Amino acid sequence: MLNLILIVFALVCAIQAVTATRLMRAALWLAGVSALTAILLFRIGAHEVAVIELSVGAGLVTVLFVFAIAIAGEDAMGERPIVPRWIALPATLIAVILFGWMILPVGAGETAAAAGDFSTMLWHERGLDTLVQVGLIFAGVVGVLGLLAPARAPFPVRRAEPLPPLRAEPGAEPVAGQEG
Amino acid sequence: MITWTPATVMVLGVIGLLAVGLYGLLTVRNLFQIIVALQILVKGAVLALVAAADYVGQLHLGQSLAVTVIVADTVVAVIGMAMAVQVKQHNRTLDVKALGSLRR
Repeated sequence: MLNLILIVFALVCAIQAVTATRLMRAALWLAGVSALTAILLFRIGAHEVAVIELSVGAGLVTVLFVFAIAIAGEDAMGERPIVPRWIALPATLIAVILFGWMILPVGAGETAAAAGDFSTMLWHERGLDTLVQVGLIFAGVVGVLGLLAPARAPFPVRRAEPLPPLRAEPGAEPVAGQEG
Repeated sequence: MITWTPATVMVLGVIGLLAVGLYGLLTVRNLFQIIVALQILVKGAVLALVAAADYVGQLHLGQSLAVTVIVADTVVAVIGMAMAVQVKQHNRTLDVKALGSLRR
């Protein structure tokens, strides 16, 4: 019952985040979705993922959203959608019906306890995934630094100083081309 | 007739989050709102991964995959936000439709 209430609140937050008319409100509603998802994950038993979701999804991403919105400002909110709503809504409903038709009804499930613990699974059995995550984080940091770096010329351009005018020394023979 | 088991409730939540994210991706025009809709979609996917892993008794495997998805989604969101800030500074708009019409 508590899971159902949490899911209903998460869906309300998600709808508010998508339909919000101000970006800051959308970011805060999204933080609410993250927090409620983290509570749901904790109640399932996925404690480690719940902590990561709460700290990254509700914390880091929200702070970055607020920072980016403060830089960029609000724009193009509440205008006519590219895909008309009378097409988007039935398309979404069809997707929902297909999901439900493929998944529901759900049986009782397995009761076997998982072997090992989370750290063994993450660091040993899924070690390649962890390595890819490290590479992904590094690529993300480099990408953000490259995107947010101030634009500048690749090489410093030095302007040539103008040469002093040529003067004929007294007694010297005139240079070809400078007679007249 | 649906039997209201905990797994069924979780599946309904997953379907709801995926539906709201999909609807948002189809309708919003602001670059930041597109990232918000994508985040909601991925939260539904993370919840589905963990719920399915719990259903088959492989919760640790599901958690490990969910961590990978969360990291990838966060990197996508951060790079998307950085690109949105750059787009706003160069083109003075965050509207996807206006950006499409700026194509040379």
